[in-house]
Amino acid sequence: MDFCDGGHSGGGEGGPWMVNEAPPRWDRRMQQRLARGEAAALGELYDRFASLVHSLAQRVLEDEAAADRITREVFGYIWENPDAYDPKQGSLRSWVATLTHRQAVHRLRQAEAASALDCGADAPGPAEIEQKINAASTAARADYIVTSMPAPLRAALELAYFQRRDYRQTAADLGVTEVEARRRLRLGLQLLATAHNHQAGPPAPGRPATPPPPGSGYGRAL
Amino acid sequence: MQRTPPRRRTGPRTRTPPAPACPSCRTPCSSRCWALAACSPEETAAVEAHLTDCAACADEALRLRDAVGLLHPADSLDLDPLLRSRVLENCLGRRPARIPVPEWAGPYDAETAKLDALLRDMGESEWRAPVRLRWFENDREAGRTTTVAGVIGHLMSVDGLVATALGLTDPLGAEVPEDSPSDPTERTLAYWRTAVHEESPLATREPWREQSHALIRTVAFAGRGVAELAVPYGDFRLPLRDSLLERAFECWVHAGDIADAVDYPYEAPAAHHMHGMVDLAARLLPSALAVRRRAGLAAPPRRLVEAGTPGRTLHLEVEGSGGGHWYIALDSPGALGTPDRTVAHIALDSVEFCQLAAGHVSPEDAAAGQHGERDAIREVLFATASLSRL
Repeated sequence: MDFCDGGHSGGGEGGPWMVNEAPPRWDRRMQQRLARGEAAALGELYDRFASLVHSLAQRVLEDEAAADRITREVFGYIWENPDAYDPKQGSLRSWVATLTHRQAVHRLRQAEAASALDCGADAPGPAEIEQKINAASTAARADYIVTSMPAPLRAALELAYFQRRDYRQTAADLGVTEVEARRRLRLGLQLLATAHNHQAGPPAPGRPATPPPPGSGYGRAL
Repeated sequence: MQRTPPRRRTGPRTRTPPAPACPSCRTPCSSRCWALAACSPEETAAVEAHLTDCAACADEALRLRDAVGLLHPADSLDLDPLLRSRVLENCLGRRPARIPVPEWAGPYDAETAKLDALLRDMGESEWRAPVRLRWFENDREAGRTTTVAGVIGHLMSVDGLVATALGLTDPLGAEVPEDSPSDPTERTLAYWRTAVHEESPLATREPWREQSHALIRTVAFAGRGVAELAVPYGDFRLPLRDSLLERAFECWVHAGDIADAVDYPYEAPAAHHMHGMVDLAARLLPSALAVRRRAGLAAPPRRLVEAGTPGRTLHLEVEGSGGGHWYIALDSPGALGTPDRTVAHIALDSVEFCQLAAGHVSPEDAAAGQHGERDAIREVLFATASLSRL
């Protein structure tokens, strides 16, 4: 990701900083190696993406065993269907995140439906369940956006909001002007705000923003 | 941070000028210090006052303040290191690999992945953390202090022996020591002299990891015969399959050193991998005993035994994960160890045995239950410690 491509989201819509990103050669090569059944490639894929997959699933489901299961399902799906990845649509990383997100939301919906059945009359209503699913989905998308944004923006956000530095201190810590620090904070938050733009859909920026119908698509295929 | 472009390019190329004014009230937008949390109290008051007057600014402020709520500190939850093998097994059960990773490369694959996961979240200061390396030399404890990055460089330099045996590029390049190109210690010292690990410690991770991935890839493609390929280690050789097991062992031991240095927990290898490591050490013991005898560190054999025939034996019982029973030939590397000829018995935990073989525990202090010939026990414990080196 080239940081200089990141600028044209001044309006804060869509977070399209990866739209024009050429699929790196690593992604295509990995796809070919998986397709020809190279177990070593599967190990390398896991080493690169397991923490992304697991943390997104954990964020949606808030349950470690469930996140382990999603991790197993997502890598199982990729290993069995490496050709389902289309490098023209974006990076392998964003595809992996999309699969994970859909699968985790799918499982959350199943779990909520099951627990609603168990609760009988006390069960939360469909609107309440949908709200919970949307909140979990947005939170996971926000995490993905933060890990995907250019490192200088992430560093500014971390200083300002986790370490509670004001923008002057943030500027000093980063060795940039105050104007630049404020601009990074603003841009970072604008990117982050795009997490709200989807309704339990895929988190991947730069992909068509059409959310799959509930329980369909990758969710069922997995 | 390695993808961060040079400083002069760090500003995002926005279409808006650096400090645009609010379209309706002309207050410089930059004074709104996004979502307020990053302002001084005076500024916050001024911004709040402005926001009550200006709908456009208030809209954005609201949206971005809401976005702040989405920020979530990265989970400190670590991936269970055993998850990797479960996930990969599940995959391979669903679609068998056409090019599998040989089983004997499994411990190296697992241990390098586990160390890499430990390194993932380390900052530069942790990469510079001092790490004490310890081993046994001439029956005495030896040690040397380096950094986390120095340890990774050490692992990479010695893994390079396997890489070059397979025809891959030597990571030392022009720095290969001329007199002793395959001596693990000389290679490590040569690498440390380059000081790469001191100048940019984080930069050691990628070449180490790339090489370990390349080794696994290469042995997977090389076919069955490659398992017996001789890998030179200075004055001795190991077949490739044992060599990768030895590298897995070193990777675990040094990952433990790193984890200690940064005060982090670290897990022992999976039981079947641990078993392989103990087995390798046990198989090396008769030769290690012979080396000690030649060096005058151990008494000459009680009697000469014809190669391939049973001789005096020590029963090594390793308890716990990956444990088992081994019968160590005491008289010569050519003799057979056998339960009938047992003259001594040692029992110890598998992790303790590995710590002894790594030179982290001295033979005198090793917590081992023992009975039988005391000299035999002493010699085997010292020979186990002598398997260690820098």
